[in-house]
Amino acid sequence: MYTITVFLPLLGAIIAGILAFVTPADKESRARIDRAAQWATCGAMGLSAILSAFVFYDVVAGGITGTVELFTWIDSGALEVSWALRMDTLSVVMVMTVSVVSAMIHVYSVGYMHHDPGIPRFMAYLNLFTFFMLMLVTSDNLVQLFFGWEGVGFLSYLLIGFWYDRPAANAAAIKAFIVNRVGDFGFALGIFAVYLMFQTVDFDTIFAAAQGKADATLHIFGGEFHALTVICLLLFVGAMGKSAQMGLHTWLPDAMEGPTPVSALIHAATMVTAGIFMVARLSPLFEYSDTALAVVTIVGASTAIFAATIGCVQNDIKRVIAYSTMSQLGYMFFACGVSAYSAGIFHLMTHAYFKALLFLGAGSVIHAMSDEQDMRNMGGLWRTIPVTYIVMWVGSLALAGIWPFAGFFSKDTILEAAYAAHTGIGNYAFWMGVIAAFLTAFYSWRLLIMTFHGTPRADETTMAHVHESPKIMLVPLLVLAVGALFAGYIGFEAFVGEAAVGFWGQSILVLPAHPALENAHHVPAWVKLLPLIVAFAGITLAYVMYVVAPGLPAALADRFQGIHQFLLKKWYFDELYDKLFVRPAFVLGRGFWKTGDGDLIDGVGPDGIAAATLNLARRAARLQSGYLYHYAFVMLSGVAALVTWYLVGQAS
Amino acid sequence: MSTFPILSVVTFLPLVGAIAILTIRGDEAVVARNARWVALWASLSTFIASLFIWHQFDTSTAEFQFQEEVEWMAAFNISYRMGVDGISVFFVLLTTLLTPVCVLASLESITDRVKEYMIAFLIMETMMLGMFCALDLVVFYIFFEGVLIPMFLIIGVWGGPRRVYSAFKFFLFTLVGSVLMLLAILAMYFESGLTSIPALMEHSFPASMQTWLWLAFFASFAVKVPMWPVHTWLPDAHVEAPTAGSVILAGVLLKFGGYGFLRFSLPLFPIATVEFTPLIFTLSVIAVIYASLVALVQEDMKKLIAYSSVAHMGFVTIGTFTLTVQGIEGAIIQMLSHGVVSAALFLVVGVIYDRMHSRDIETYGGLVHRMPSYAFVFMLFMMASVGLPGTSGFVGEFLILVGIFQVNTLVAALTTTGIILGAAYMLYLYRRIIFGKLTKESLQKIFDLSGREIAVFAPLAVVVIWMGIYPMPFLDAMHASVNHLIGQVETARALNDAVVLAGQSVR
Repeated sequence: MYTITVFLPLLGAIIAGILAFVTPADKESRARIDRAAQWATCGAMGLSAILSAFVFYDVVAGGITGTVELFTWIDSGALEVSWALRMDTLSVVMVMTVSVVSAMIHVYSVGYMHHDPGIPRFMAYLNLFTFFMLMLVTSDNLVQLFFGWEGVGFLSYLLIGFWYDRPAANAAAIKAFIVNRVGDFGFALGIFAVYLMFQTVDFDTIFAAAQGKADATLHIFGGEFHALTVICLLLFVGAMGKSAQMGLHTWLPDAMEGPTPVSALIHAATMVTAGIFMVARLSPLFEYSDTALAVVTIVGASTAIFAATIGCVQNDIKRVIAYSTMSQLGYMFFACGVSAYSAGIFHLMTHAYFKALLFLGAGSVIHAMSDEQDMRNMGGLWRTIPVTYIVMWVGSLALAGIWPFAGFFSKDTILEAAYAAHTGIGNYAFWMGVIAAFLTAFYSWRLLIMTFHGTPRADETTMAHVHESPKIMLVPLLVLAVGALFAGYIGFEAFVGEAAVGFWGQSILVLPAHPALENAHHVPAWVKLLPLIVAFAGITLAYVMYVVAPGLPAALADRFQGIHQFLLKKWYFDELYDKLFVRPAFVLGRGFWKTGDGDLIDGVGPDGIAAATLNLARRAARLQSGYLYHYAFVMLSGVAALVTWYLVGQAS
Repeated sequence: MSTFPILSVVTFLPLVGAIAILTIRGDEAVVARNARWVALWASLSTFIASLFIWHQFDTSTAEFQFQEEVEWMAAFNISYRMGVDGISVFFVLLTTLLTPVCVLASLESITDRVKEYMIAFLIMETMMLGMFCALDLVVFYIFFEGVLIPMFLIIGVWGGPRRVYSAFKFFLFTLVGSVLMLLAILAMYFESGLTSIPALMEHSFPASMQTWLWLAFFASFAVKVPMWPVHTWLPDAHVEAPTAGSVILAGVLLKFGGYGFLRFSLPLFPIATVEFTPLIFTLSVIAVIYASLVALVQEDMKKLIAYSSVAHMGFVTIGTFTLTVQGIEGAIIQMLSHGVVSAALFLVVGVIYDRMHSRDIETYGGLVHRMPSYAFVFMLFMMASVGLPGTSGFVGEFLILVGIFQVNTLVAALTTTGIILGAAYMLYLYRRIIFGKLTKESLQKIFDLSGREIAVFAPLAVVVIWMGIYPMPFLDAMHASVNHLIGQVETARALNDAVVLAGQSVR
């Protein structure tokens, strides 16, 4: 059953993929083909989601864990890699989250994409993506994890660039793939280092041996380092790329060029959380390296605040949510960094619901506004699209962490755990998290107010067209809204509460030396209340700035132009990378080509030798002058030289 | 051991086809048509016959299999010897797979001197197969050099506008290397009195002599691979060669170098091999990074893929000289994978070249609108080229990098940057050709893949996916031979170390 759950989306993708190549004779047959592709993919995904619930039940209630071996993939020397599906709590939590959210987004896409000429292709991509994601979360070894990892990256590339006519979409797609590859560079080196250290890439064997290698060192890059720290840091580079952490984040905002369901599925709910999953999965390694954990915490906390600051000034509705995603991923990372892996995964799960909800809600808005994404041209929509309006509220409340919405439970746990770590770095993470929570609430309500309230700023034709989305889009929204409402409350006990130890079983390891999550339940009352207070403060500020005194934002932007520009330009990361990497690569390439290959190698080598030979031949030809006395002179000189040589030779 | 000389049959079957074509007489159009079909059938039956070799291949032994020996020049101890082991058998299959694909791809694009073209191709196949099967130095050398002639003609006669320059450049580069190798072969013969490769493997050359022999062979193989800085013939040759010529050049000819290292340099000169490993690593790392950067700025599709070949072959040489199981098996897989993938990419370029007669990237853009199947095929092979897991490219690169990481982490890190740069130039190429709006007037009527073109790509696509998901049939067959090869090098090194130590203690 587990195997079927994972492979159903592949089947759906193949069917829809074949349908994508069928050229329809007329409009009617096109509609039939589209319908068939939609049924195949949504059916596969729906079935997969239902099966995943059974699997989840088996593992959590029945305690069935283990590995489903499929067949050998690579076997070379001591290196053995299998295709295998791992079945434990961490995997099935991910499988269920992924397949349920994905199924909702599939259904939503049927409505959202109904005008698009490439429906079968789009549905095939979505299904294939889900397959790779499921392979990722069920992998039993690092190489299969890498397979899923690169696979989702590839599909992300295809989906961002789905509208291939748009240059911006193409550029964003390439950027996403290459920035992810930079992360994968670290990931790959990490895998090699693991193999060097453990002579295997299988999780079980590595985890069993990790404790014994806790003090081992590794001779690497010309120095001697603590082995597990190096390994964890290299692997974490991969996680940073996939989860868009500061430094390797530049692709995520641009990825919003893809269709909105894609942003919801890939760039919010599932793929970008793969990094968090990876760290949690490898907790038995990270636990033995305090340095690596500290780096994870710092990167996570810094990203949380960094992204939140940018989110406050963006005007594109999807970009605001994208930066919010980055920021929330930062939370998840610093949760892992203080060894509260289960809190990180808990937030991952709740976030998947409410962020998918927010994105799909935004999609519904964009749909209603005839593809307008700039919030400056929106406003006053709440009457015309009430359902969307309500679900956006639900999503925002969950994101801001207001009781009893899902985000409240998971985000508070993370902040409490960070505080309860009682380390300098933990405190840094806590305070950054609190400030980010304030900003989160601010930009969420900024978004709500700018989009739905005030006077309409769109032109009349657009406003006349504004309509609520069809049922096929609203039903998934409502399902996700239910998740955003209750997932936190329901999951709390099992994920991070009293029942957590039994729930997670062996799938996550936390050493007794890292009791942050346990202590989180016993923090002072102000720590528990603070996130809620700042969230309300953020909402209030947004209300003041965008309802009470609408002139204030512009005045502030004028007053602090430098800061505003800095934020608007996203801290100038793109410009910096362009100068540091992209341009030099092209300059170097051209230099190597023209000067290196052309002037030096060919110039000195073949062309040089050919020219020299010709030259020599021309000179030699000149000797053949035809004058007898020239020849006679040369002959005589030769005789003289010969005689001299003979005499000199005799003398000595 | 079967008595049926299967290797000779496979090797000379194409030659029989060539002779058959030679006898065709009559009207030019009739000759051309018959020549095409005879070539196709000859190469297809060679492929089918070669499958028999794989089927009968015993994966448990490192011995040479299907051995044949016919006395030739008894006075000089030179015989016609053939045989394959786990290292060479797949190159035979690669050759027999790619030749019918090439013939199929040339069916329509070659209209001039069809008869001669097909003859050249079939002779070339015989030469290539003989090279991979030969177990005697002299026989090897004859085949090794023999390949040059049909290739020279294919570039020089059926090539593009600068074909003569390119053909000569190709010939001179490779010949300079080969001359040195010939000298080395003579030296080896005078030292040992042997030309049989299996016998030479038992023979150990003095360490000082190994250095020179190694360098002489290196000169020849490095040009073929091609390694930096003797790679500059490759882009020119590819650009001017007809599509099928590029396919064979990238698919099989470049593998001569990698195969040569595995067959000769490593087992025959193990001490020198270890000595020169840093040199190989340095040149290969330069090749990977340098060629990738150069590929990024190319404006000619074929040149871009040619430079990508240089980068990918850099992985191969690194893997070979790691002297680890993963490294060497990875190198072989990478060569097979590159053989199929680069061949496919040149065919991909050929498809639109046949339609538009331009190799400039500028000419194209937005092809996906008119050519969805083409876009799909191109995407598949592009992803194999950038080493996406699940394709053959990944397995090769991954194993090589695992191997090199155990030997030298710094080289490993530098080489791994190749996966970033590789993605950059390929995706950039793809975007410029396939994506975007179809605005160019000249492209408005371009056609998608024909049935024949799909038949060309289908087998290659199957191999790419198969090797990516289940490469075990390939890996299993090479384990014994690779382990044996590493054993040979290790033993020789240990022996040499012992001698050196003994020498020191005496002193």
